[in-house]
Amino acid sequence: MAINWFKYSSPASFYPLAGRMIPWAMAVGVLTGVAGLYVGFFVAPTDYQQGESYRIMFIHVPAAWMSMFTYIVMAVWAVAGLIWNTRLSSMMATALAPTGAMFTFIALWTGALWGKPTWGTYWVWDARLTSELILLFLYIGFIALQASIDDPRRAARAGGLLALVGLVNVPIIYWSVKWWNTLHQGASISFAKAPTMAAEMLLALLLVTLAFWAYTIAVAMMRVRCEILESERQSNWIYETVEGLR
Amino acid sequence: MKPRHKRLIFIAGGIGGLAVATTLVLNALNSNIALFFSPSQVLAKEAPVDKAFRLGGLVREGSLQRENDGLTVHFVVTDTAKDIKVTYTGILPDLFREGQGVVTQGRLGDDGGFRATEVLAKHDETYMPPEVADALAKAKTNTAAGEAALPMQAP
Repeated sequence: MAINWFKYSSPASFYPLAGRMIPWAMAVGVLTGVAGLYVGFFVAPTDYQQGESYRIMFIHVPAAWMSMFTYIVMAVWAVAGLIWNTRLSSMMATALAPTGAMFTFIALWTGALWGKPTWGTYWVWDARLTSELILLFLYIGFIALQASIDDPRRAARAGGLLALVGLVNVPIIYWSVKWWNTLHQGASISFAKAPTMAAEMLLALLLVTLAFWAYTIAVAMMRVRCEILESERQSNWIYETVEGLR
Repeated sequence: MKPRHKRLIFIAGGIGGLAVATTLVLNALNSNIALFFSPSQVLAKEAPVDKAFRLGGLVREGSLQRENDGLTVHFVVTDTAKDIKVTYTGILPDLFREGQGVVTQGRLGDDGGFRATEVLAKHDETYMPPEVADALAKAKTNTAAGEAALPMQAP
């Protein structure tokens, strides 16, 4: 069975698809989230250096990964919107921004709480922490810029351009601990080498990451449905498909 | 050429130009972005000696001395090539240990020693249960002893 993917680039056919994805993504998110936090807090062993305080990593690391990954996805949608002028792409970018900003904030906040007992400080202006803070400002700037322009097409273009320019920050965050000397430690998990942590810790980390992915998909789909309804409020299909309006 | 191809080329060119510009800026700012100086850099006079700066490295094993007031500590920060003596009065972070990474802020004294006003512990990216750490340490000392013993066994 061949699926015509281009069919779903139209808001009218994507709206019901997004609706069908939400409960599945939510279910996966809750299940993997509960499992991941259980393994992280009760099964994973105590660390030889940090004792129990390292366990905040099971929130901190997935949140930091999601903050960068969501930005890349958001920028790709924004660029697709700029090049092909597809409305749905720009709506996807708009829908992802608040979740990305939330994960960036969680990464910074849990990082501060982790930094105090281990490093001895909540904050230090090293390259990793500073570039992650810039990422938060980029998300907030993207949301504010789009909200400040009334014409949706111009708002999408301006936001898309900002998302695109901000994309250079993501590799800087990722490799900052390698390029410069920082207080933040290097990556425990990377494509280049075996992970430097116990297997249960790795399992918990991956489960929570999966949960954050599923959560991001679920709330992005909810938000994009909202965006579609707002921008298509003049069209007839809404009154034919959406329950409560028929 | 279709308009969307033009936009694609324009955006690709823009990203490329931006990446090059960022690389150049970050290269130019390299020494400002680094959080701390290593003892080798300090002794090579690369650090701002008349101002406060951060010195980072490993705490040399066996170098930690506490004074009788219980708060003042002396230790040696090393990058395995060069050493600098550090004096600090205050509470050390929990993860401060000999052989572990440390980032200190302060000034260089006239005697070449570093007077720290802040000491931060740097931990690495390795996480493991204490039993594994013990086993690894034991294995390490065993092989070290084994290697030391080898020449004596040789005929």
